[in-house]
Amino acid sequence: MKRPLLLSTALALLATAALAQDEIKIGEFASLTGGSASFGQSSHKGTALAIEEINAAGGVLGKKLKLIAEDDQSQAGQPATIVRKLISQDKVVAVLGEVASSKSLEAAPICQQNKIPMISPASTNPKVTEVGDYVFRICFIDPFQGTVMAKFAQSKGWKKVAVLTDVKQDYSVGLAEFFVKGFTATGGEIVKDQKYSTGDKDFKAQLTSIKAAKPDAIFVPGYYGEVSLIGKQAKLLGIKVPLLGGDGWVGDSLLKVAGNSLDGSFFSCHFSADDKAEAVQNFVKKYKAKYNGETPDDMAALGYDSAVILAEAIKKAGTTDGEKLRDALAATKAHPGITGSITLDEKRNATKPAVILGIGGGGFQFVQTVAP
Amino acid sequence: MIEFIQQLLNGLGQGSIYALIALGYTMVFGVLRFINFAHGDVFMLGAFAGFYLGPKTLRLFGEGPSYSGAFAALVVAMVLCAVIGIVIEKLCYRPLRDRPKLTVLITAIGVSLFLENAGQLVFGANPQSFPELIVDRALEIPESWGAISGLTITVSQVLVFGVTLLLLFVLRYVVLKTKMGMAMRALSFNPVAASLMGINNDVVISFTFGLGSALAGAAGILTSIQQPSIDPLMGVNAGLKAFVAAVLGGIGNLPGAALGGLLIGVIEALVVGYVSPTYRDAIVFGVLILILIVKPTGLLGVSEREKV
Repeated sequence: MKRPLLLSTALALLATAALAQDEIKIGEFASLTGGSASFGQSSHKGTALAIEEINAAGGVLGKKLKLIAEDDQSQAGQPATIVRKLISQDKVVAVLGEVASSKSLEAAPICQQNKIPMISPASTNPKVTEVGDYVFRICFIDPFQGTVMAKFAQSKGWKKVAVLTDVKQDYSVGLAEFFVKGFTATGGEIVKDQKYSTGDKDFKAQLTSIKAAKPDAIFVPGYYGEVSLIGKQAKLLGIKVPLLGGDGWVGDSLLKVAGNSLDGSFFSCHFSADDKAEAVQNFVKKYKAKYNGETPDDMAALGYDSAVILAEAIKKAGTTDGEKLRDALAATKAHPGITGSITLDEKRNATKPAVILGIGGGGFQFVQTVAP
Repeated sequence: MIEFIQQLLNGLGQGSIYALIALGYTMVFGVLRFINFAHGDVFMLGAFAGFYLGPKTLRLFGEGPSYSGAFAALVVAMVLCAVIGIVIEKLCYRPLRDRPKLTVLITAIGVSLFLENAGQLVFGANPQSFPELIVDRALEIPESWGAISGLTITVSQVLVFGVTLLLLFVLRYVVLKTKMGMAMRALSFNPVAASLMGINNDVVISFTFGLGSALAGAAGILTSIQQPSIDPLMGVNAGLKAFVAAVLGGIGNLPGAALGGLLIGVIEALVVGYVSPTYRDAIVFGVLILILIVKPTGLLGVSEREKV
């Protein structure tokens, strides 16, 4: 009885080994469920679309790309486990992910250790790529986003701004730090510095003390889940000044929960589907066709760009060897991405433009593009 | 000064929710001497009852948000949660009633985990936006009121506080003035003697679970009106805080649970507003430890003499 079983296992193993040679495995970890699922779902959809297109065009180095996507459930601790599994078990040649900086920071050291290049589509905290020379990102970083919003606040003539930070997110803390630096350097005043933690639902205490400080605007560099409740409660408490934020605001459920309470607020992000550029409109069309008419948000665009840049680098390197792939990635220059022209600098960060969107009329409106 | 009063008001709003949940913990402890850790998840089920049935009850009373529709949703959620509470007790706790209390306690944790994970499977793990049952708006105190002008109270805060007070009085009436209430108190005093006096302990225990779960269901709706984002794990933190509130007030004591809930809500608001949200939970639990050191039975608890 035992031998046929062994034989069939051996055969099955051989078969998978043969299959595996025809494809290049790429790992992806994303928050497909949980608190920041809106990000994970979007970036995953963008990534999957890119992989599908690349394969339809003949793949890379004569092989098809195979995306192995894993869900980290928006939970701390999960990314490390998942990325270890992707590298040691699935033998992926590169890892794509995550949107949230704190999760990318968990995975980055593991990729660095195993010499597997990792590309984060949207983690904007500077620390992410500081982990090592195998860690890349194709989005701008917090200093840029914080500075852009500080400049924007100044251009609006706001002199006094209150800050409400999510202390549990490196992303939020980073953005706040650079906003404060940029805003105070040019004569602005931070009238109140309040904090909250991811998962909080009641912000009336913080907002009450912010209201007492009478700011011209409130900088809330958090994620959409909490921001939507903050917007709603701010309005209820009679706070009429605009809220400002970063790309963490982008998420379907922001306006579903907040209703019209965030009207008149602004945030910086990577991409706007209203952008008339041809590449953007093409992407929007393809995305809508694949996902039942859903409009792509900036996480989807970044997910798409991250997969395309990786594929280009594999082509350029001519191999999936970690070291050569890393060198090819590091040499990315003026890549015509959906989210603008992407150049990776010597710190493996992307230099690229940001857009500022305003909220009103039940949607996001394109306000302006800010170049680096 | 205005800011301080505002923080107090915010704290009372949140505290009312804790109080409603804490009452369920304390009632069950009163009759069965164990902590029903699944209670926080019944609160979550109440919120989801409102999520699915709220739009339907609103439609009974015309288009859009209305108070009568919201009230109907509240009643429906309370009834549903009462049934769920009774079923949980029947299926999970009753067969273990004669076993050591630790067995029941661990079962309760199991029920809690079951509800949380089944919730993620059935409702989805992502936070969902709660339907608008009432039009929430801010009532700002006008200039003419002098010292307290500028204070903002929201309709939902008034509603939550009002409904909580009302439910507290109803509960007080039920426990002190009805036959069932008397039976509950008798059972809590001495279960064996109570059954010798002709009280059907099973019925009374079912009733207690139903009553406590109904209050948790009400809390689920009220909290979702204030913070319209709900998820299957929302009961974990709220349940833990309410449990702390029940212990703080003296577990087994009804006014104590209400007082404990309000106190925790206010302490949280003040800590977040004046100290730092990072230390919020540390300070809340610190206060609990301090009170238990000074008064081991909780604020309003009465010490029970161990019979030999």
